Amino acid sequence: MPEIKVTPLGAGQDVGRSCILVSIAGKNVMLDCGMHMGYNDDRRFPDFSYITQNGRLTDFLDCVIISHFHLDHCGALPYFSEMVGYDGPIYMTHPTKAICPILLEDYRKITVDKKGETNFFTSQMIKDCMKKVVAVHLHQTVQVDDELEIKAYYAGHVLGAAMFQIKVGSESVVYTGDYNMTPDRHLGAAWIDKCRPDLLISESTYATTIRDSKRCRERDFLKKVHESVERGGKVLIPVFALGRAQELCILLETFWERMNLKAPIYFSMGLTEKANHYYKLFITWTNQKIRKTFVQRNMFEFKHIKAFDRAFADNPGPMVVFATPGMLHAGQSLQIFRKWAGNEKNMVIMPGYCVQGTVGHKILSGQRKLEMEGRQILEVKMQVEYMSFSAHADAKGIMQLIRQAEPRNVLLVHGEAKKMEFLKQKIEQEFYVNCYMPANGETTTLFTSPNIPVDISLGLLKRERAIGLVPDSKKPKLMHGTLIMKDNSFRLVSPEQALKELGLGEHQLRFTCRVHIQDPRKEHEMVLRVYNHLKGVLKDYSVQHLPDGSIMVESILIQATAQSEDQGTKVLLVSWTYQDEELGSYLTSLLKKGLPQTTA
Amino acid sequence: MAAHLKKRVYEEFTKVVQQQHEEISAKKLRLTKPSKSAALHVDLCKATSPAEALQYLLQFARKPVEAESVEGVVRILLEHYYKENDASVRLKIASLLGLLSKTAGFSPDCIMDDVINTLQNEKSHQVLAQLLDTLLVIGTKLTENPAVRMRLLDVACKYLTDSSHGVRNKCLQLIGYLGSVEKGATKEAESLAAKDVQKIIGDHFNDQDPRVRTAAIKAMLQLHERGLKLQQTIYSQACKLLSDDYEQVRSAAVQLIWVLSQLYPESIVPIPSSNEEIRLVDDAFGKICHMVSDGSWVVRVQAAKLLGSMQQVSSHFLEQTLDKKLMSDLRRKRTAHERAKELYSSGEFSSGRKWGDDAPKEEIDTGAVNLIESGACGAFVHGLEDEMYEVRIAAVEALCMLAQSSQSFAEKCLDFLVDMFNDEIEEVRLQSIHTMRKISNNITLREDQLDTVLAVLEDSSRDIREALHELLCCTNVSTKEGIHLALVELLKNLTKYPTDRESIWKCLKFLGCRHPTLVLPLVPELLSTHPFFDTPEPDMDDPAYIAVLVLIFNAAKTCPTMPALFSDHTFRHYAYLRDSLSHLVPPLRLLGRKLVSSPVSPSVTPHEDPSQQFLQESLERVYNLQHLDPQSTQELLEFTIRDLQRLGELQSELAGVADFSATYLRCQLLLIKALQEKLWNVAAPLYLKQNALASAAAKQIMEETYKMEFMYSGVENRQVVIIHHMRLQAKALQLIVTARTTRGVEPLFGMCENFLQEVDSFQRCFISELPHMQDSFVDKLLDLMPRLVTSKPSEAVKILQTTLRQSTFLQLPLPEQIHRATATIIEPAGESDNPLRFTSGLVVALDVDATLEHVQDPQSTVKVQVLYPDGQTQLIHPKPADFRNPGPGRHRLITQVYLSHTAWTEPCQIEVRLLLAYNSSRSKASTRLSKSTWMDTMEAFPPFEYGIEGTIPFSKPVKVYIMPKPARRALV
Repeated sequence: MPEIKVTPLGAGQDVGRSCILVSIAGKNVMLDCGMHMGYNDDRRFPDFSYITQNGRLTDFLDCVIISHFHLDHCGALPYFSEMVGYDGPIYMTHPTKAICPILLEDYRKITVDKKGETNFFTSQMIKDCMKKVVAVHLHQTVQVDDELEIKAYYAGHVLGAAMFQIKVGSESVVYTGDYNMTPDRHLGAAWIDKCRPDLLISESTYATTIRDSKRCRERDFLKKVHESVERGGKVLIPVFALGRAQELCILLETFWERMNLKAPIYFSMGLTEKANHYYKLFITWTNQKIRKTFVQRNMFEFKHIKAFDRAFADNPGPMVVFATPGMLHAGQSLQIFRKWAGNEKNMVIMPGYCVQGTVGHKILSGQRKLEMEGRQILEVKMQVEYMSFSAHADAKGIMQLIRQAEPRNVLLVHGEAKKMEFLKQKIEQEFYVNCYMPANGETTTLFTSPNIPVDISLGLLKRERAIGLVPDSKKPKLMHGTLIMKDNSFRLVSPEQALKELGLGEHQLRFTCRVHIQDPRKEHEMVLRVYNHLKGVLKDYSVQHLPDGSIMVESILIQATAQSEDQGTKVLLVSWTYQDEELGSYLTSLLKKGLPQTTA
Repeated sequence: MAAHLKKRVYEEFTKVVQQQHEEISAKKLRLTKPSKSAALHVDLCKATSPAEALQYLLQFARKPVEAESVEGVVRILLEHYYKENDASVRLKIASLLGLLSKTAGFSPDCIMDDVINTLQNEKSHQVLAQLLDTLLVIGTKLTENPAVRMRLLDVACKYLTDSSHGVRNKCLQLIGYLGSVEKGATKEAESLAAKDVQKIIGDHFNDQDPRVRTAAIKAMLQLHERGLKLQQTIYSQACKLLSDDYEQVRSAAVQLIWVLSQLYPESIVPIPSSNEEIRLVDDAFGKICHMVSDGSWVVRVQAAKLLGSMQQVSSHFLEQTLDKKLMSDLRRKRTAHERAKELYSSGEFSSGRKWGDDAPKEEIDTGAVNLIESGACGAFVHGLEDEMYEVRIAAVEALCMLAQSSQSFAEKCLDFLVDMFNDEIEEVRLQSIHTMRKISNNITLREDQLDTVLAVLEDSSRDIREALHELLCCTNVSTKEGIHLALVELLKNLTKYPTDRESIWKCLKFLGCRHPTLVLPLVPELLSTHPFFDTPEPDMDDPAYIAVLVLIFNAAKTCPTMPALFSDHTFRHYAYLRDSLSHLVPPLRLLGRKLVSSPVSPSVTPHEDPSQQFLQESLERVYNLQHLDPQSTQELLEFTIRDLQRLGELQSELAGVADFSATYLRCQLLLIKALQEKLWNVAAPLYLKQNALASAAAKQIMEETYKMEFMYSGVENRQVVIIHHMRLQAKALQLIVTARTTRGVEPLFGMCENFLQEVDSFQRCFISELPHMQDSFVDKLLDLMPRLVTSKPSEAVKILQTTLRQSTFLQLPLPEQIHRATATIIEPAGESDNPLRFTSGLVVALDVDATLEHVQDPQSTVKVQVLYPDGQTQLIHPKPADFRNPGPGRHRLITQVYLSHTAWTEPCQIEVRLLLAYNSSRSKASTRLSKSTWMDTMEAFPPFEYGIEGTIPFSKPVKVYIMPKPARRALV
C-alpha cells in the first residue's frame, strides 16, 4: 500500500524552528528549515541527525522547500546546508530569496558579534547557501526530477510567503507555511485551488481564535496616532524590521495622504531600508490596491516617511517614529522610549506581542516606574497602547483554506498542542477527514490509494464507447482490452494489437456444450421450434436459421443431433468462442430450461 | 434553380429602378446599387484554395446586404457550402448565414429548412455548432411561430448527445431561447413539452464538461427570463452545483439559486443531516452567503450582489450575516463594536485601551463552536474585508439594499459601514458614504460613530467630502455634543478646504432644520454671547461665522424661543444674510422686529396655485389674440413675455414652463414683427435695408426653436411638433426674404425644392399630429401642395407669403414636467486679478468645475468653449469620466481645459463657457421617422434636415485673465 510519511523535526505541536520531513512515493522532501527563538543551545536548530546518521544529507533528501523568510522558517538553513552539508536544490520564492540573506546576516551578527558565540555559520556560508537556492514563481510547476514536482501558491502573511504543493504522480501534499486568509494593507489573502491533495499540512497558530474585523483595529490605530499628533505629541511605534512594519507604514502613509497631515514620520534606517527596497520591487506579490496603483505611484515609495536620524528624537513638535526592535528590549526603540517617556503628550503603540521580561511587556502590563540599567528609575508618563496586528489565519481562516483545497487528510503543525486538539476535533467533525498532529520526532503514516494512469489507444476507446449507450460522465465503465505492462508504463490495447506486438499467434478458445432435450419430434422440426423460441426471447440479437439445419445466434452455433439410442432425446450442440462467453452461457442456461410447451 | 437565381442576380447588376412617390408627383430616377451577391458568386467561383475563399467571405462580411437580396446571397452561399470540403470555409459560411438572417426586413423561415438539412450531413463539430448558432438566430427572429420553435427544439434535442461540448452548448442555448413558455396555451402537448424542456436541461447539469454545465444553467436562467416558471425540484440540483470545481459553473449556479429563492420563497426545504426544515429563501440565503467566501472572486462578487436583493429572508438570518463570534483561546471575546457600544452606554469615554482590555471573558463550550457555519454567519463581515474591492463594493451595495428594507438590520450594519469609511480604495469609501446616506432615515448615529464619520471630513478628495456633507444633511444625531462635534469638524474642514464653503453651508442648513432642540442649548456658546458683557461683533464676511449663523437660523425656524437668545447684531446679520443667501437662510418670524421681508405666509402650498393660474391665464390670453390689431398683438406678446420671465425668476418650480412658453411667444413675436415689415408692400429692390431685420428674425427664430427642442428636458412629441412647425415657418420666411432680395431665379430653384422636401418630411414625421393642427400654416400649405409643386418658384413664393400671413398662431400645449438645462461655472470664479502666466506655445491647464442641471446625456452633449480676445474659439469635449452624477437630474463637470496662444504684450481676458451640442438627427421626431420608414431607407429623403449640428450656449461666460509670455531665449 503506498503511503505518505510525515515527521516534524520542529514545529510539531510547537511554534518555532519549523522543519518537517515528508516522504511521498519514495521521494523525501524537507519543508522549511527554521530556528527556535526560545533556545540558545543545540535545541535552537532541528536535529538533522534524525534524517541520517552518517550518510550525506544530499543522498537522502530530494529537495528542501522554504515557505517564507521568517527566521523560524529559514534560520537554520546555512547551518543545515553548509555545516551539516547538503548540496541538493533549495526552493523558495523570489522575494524570499532576496530578503532571506539579509535576515540571516542580521541574525548571525547578533549571535556572533553581540553574544560572542563561536562555531556559528559565517557570512560566506550564507552566501554559499544562497547559491543553492532555486527561485520559483507563483503557480509555476517546477520539476525537481522526473517524478517530483512542486508548485507555489500565494499565502499572504509576509512578502513572498508561499504555500507549496508537492506532487509525485497522483499523490500530493500541500504545505501551507504561515498564511493569512484576510488581506491587509499591503498583502492579499492566501489562495489555493481545489487541488484535493492527499494531505494538507497547515499551520495552526491561532487554532482557537476567531479574530475581529481588521478595520476596527486599523481605525483605532489611526485615530490614536492622529489624535496624539494633533495634540503635538510624539508617537513611538516599536516594530520588527519586516512584515508588520511595512503594513503600518502603508497605513500611516495613506492616512497622511488622505488627511493632508504634515507631521513627519520617520523610519529607522538599516535593515528596514534594505527590505523596503525589495518591497518596491516585488509589486506583484502585494495586494490589489498596490498592484493597481503602482503605475502612478509605488506605494512603497513613501512620501511622508523619511529615514530616521538619532538627532531627530530631540526635535520639537509632533512626529511618528517606527523603531526597531519590537519589544523595546534594546536598541534604538528603547533609546527613543527613554527620551520620550516623561511627557504625557507622547504615546507608544505596541503593535505586537511582547515576551515576558522585556520593557514592552512591563509597560503593557501597567508598570509605570521602570528600573533601567544603573539603578535609574524611569517614570513613564506617556500613553501606552496595544494594537494587535497579526498575519496568521485564525480558526475560521484555516477552515476556509481546508474547504478550498478539499484535502483527504489534514496535519496540523506550528501551534500549541492544546489548541490544536480543539481544531483537530472541529476539522474531523466538519469535513469528515482524518486530522493528525504529530509531536516533534513522531512519524505519522497515512495510506493513499493513488490512481494509476493507463494509456489507451484512441481506436479502442472509440470502439468500446460505441458499444455502450449514451456516454455517462463520471461513471465507471467496463472495457475490454489487453493490459500491457512494459517499461514502467501501462497501456490498454485491443487484443489483436497486443498479439501483434508480442508476436504471438491467436488461439481460438471455443466452448461446446451439449444440451439434452426431450423431444419426440423430428430433428428439423425441433430445430425450428428452438429457432422460434430463441427468436422470441432474444429480440435484440440476430437469430438465423441456416440452410444446413443449424441456428446462428450472433456468432454462436447451435446444432441439433438425435441421440442414437433414444430417439426421444435430442442433443443440442451449442458452441461459442471465448469472446461470446456471456451470451453463450446465457443461451445454454436458456436452453437447459427447456422449450416452452407449446401445443402447436 | 441555381441557374435561375444566378441569372436574376446578374440582372440586378444594371437594373434601373423607377420609383414613384405618391405624395410628390415629381418623378425621380434612382440607381440602385449593384447587388453584391453577384460579385460574391463570381469571387467564390474564382477562389482556387480554401484560404482564398475565406478571404473573399471575410471581405464580403464587412459590408451590409440589402434585405431584398439576402435570399439570393444565402442560396449562393449554401450552394458553395455543399461543394466545400474545407471545414473552416464552411464554418465561415455558416456564420455568414446567421449574420444574414439578422438583416432587418428579411424573414429567415425560407432558409431554415436548408440549414437543418445541412446539419444532417455535417461532420465537423465546430461547423455544427456554428450552424446551430445560425438556427438560434433564425429562431429568435421567428419566436412567434410555434411550429418553427417545435421543429428547432427537436433538432436541438437530437444533437444534445453530440460528443463535442460546443455543439451541446449551442443546443442548450437553443432550448433556453426557444423552449415553450406559454402555459396558457391549454394544449396538453405543449405543457408536456414545457416540462420536458426543463428536464432535458436539468439532465445536463451533470454533464462532464464544465462549459456545458454552465450553458445548461444559463439556458435555465434564460427560460426563467422568458417567463417560464422553473420547477422547485431543480433547487436541490442547483445546490449541488454550488460546490462545482469550475468558477463559471458556480457563478451561474448562484444565480439560479437566487432565481429559485425568489420564485418559491415560502416553500419548506429540509436541512440535511438533521430533521429540521426551513424556508427555501432562508436556505438559499445561507448558501449564497457561503459563496461570499468562495475561492474565486468572480463568484464572490456575484454572490455579494445577489444577497442585496433577497429581501424576504427572515430577520435572524439576516442579522447573522453581521455576526462573527469572536473567540480567543476558546474564550468568548467581545468585538470592538460591542466594546465601543458598551463604553458609550456606560457613559464614559474611551480612556485609551489598556493591554488586555479586550481580554476574553467567559469560557466557550468547545462542542458548541461551529467554525464553518452552513448558515449566513459573518457573510458580510467577510465580504467587507475581502481583498478585491469589487467584492467590497458589491457587499456595501447589498448592505444598502437590505438595510433599506429592514430597520433593525440598518442599525446593526451601521458599525460596519462606518468602518468602510476607512477603506483603502476611494471608490469603496465613496460608495459606503452614499449607502449610509440612503439608509440614513432608518438610523441615528451614536457619538462614537459620528466621530468616525466626521474624521473623514479631512479627506483630501473633494468627492468624498461632498458625499459626506450630503450624508450629514440627512443624518440624525442623538445628542447636542454630537451637533457641536459636527459643527466643529465642519468648521475645521472649512478652514482646511475653503472651496467647500457652499457645500458646508448647505449641510449646516439641514443639520439645523433637523435638530432644532439640540441646537438650542448650544446657541449662547456658538454666538459667544454673555449674560453681562457685550461681546465684540463678529466679522460678517467670515465664512465660518456665516456657517454658524446658517445652523442657528435654520434651527430657529421651528424653535420660536431661540431668537430671544440673539443679540442685536445677530438680527442685523440675519437681515443681511436673508437677503444675500436667501437659499440658505429661511424666513423667520421675529417678534417685535421690522424686517425687510414681507409678512410670511404660513404655508407654502397655496402659494403655487395662483402663479400656476397666472401662467395659464396669461397664456390663454395670448392664444386668443387673433382678433386684435397687429400693434396691440405685439404689445400683448411683449408684456406676456416679460411677465413670464419674471414669473420664472420668482417661482423656481415654474421656471422651466415659463421660460419655455416665453421662448415660444418670442418666436411668434419675431415672426409677427417680420411680417409687419413694410418690405412686403414695396417693390423689392428699394428695401434692401429692412430685409436685414426680417432675415435676422428668421435666423433668430431658428435658433430659438433649436433651444426649445434640445435645451429642455421633458419635452414631449406634442411640443416637438409645434417647435418644428415654428421652424418651418421660419424657413418659409427665409425663403420669401431671399426671393425678395435676390435677383434671378436660379438659386430659388434649389431653395424651393429644399423647402418642399422639408414640408414633406414634416408631414411624414408628424402625420399623427396633423389633425390637431387645423388652420395652421402647414395645414394650409399641405392643401396647396399640388399647386406649389407644379408652379414656378416665384409663384410658389407668393403662395407661401400669403399662407404665412394668413396662418394662425398655434397653441403650445404645456408639458407636465419641463426643465431647462442650466449650467453654472463654479471654477474658475472669474474674480482673479492675477493673470495666469504661461509661456506662449506651451499649454496651461485651467481647472473647470461646473454644475449642470437637467442635462440629458451630458457626456456627449456638453462642451466647453474658450473664446480668445482675437475672436479665435476653441471647443473642448470633456472626457466622459469628468462627469459625476451626484443626484437625479444633476451633474457635475470637473475637468481641465488646456489653453495655449501665441505671446501677448499684456494680460487679457478669455471667456470660458459651456455649450450644449445638439444634433437634430438625434431628436425624437427623426428617430421615430427612421424607425417607421426603414424600408425605403434614407435615400428617399436627402438628408438635409437630418444631422444639422449646432451648439447652444447655456451658461454665463466666465472671464479668465491670462498672459502668454513670449518664450525666453537662452543666450548662446
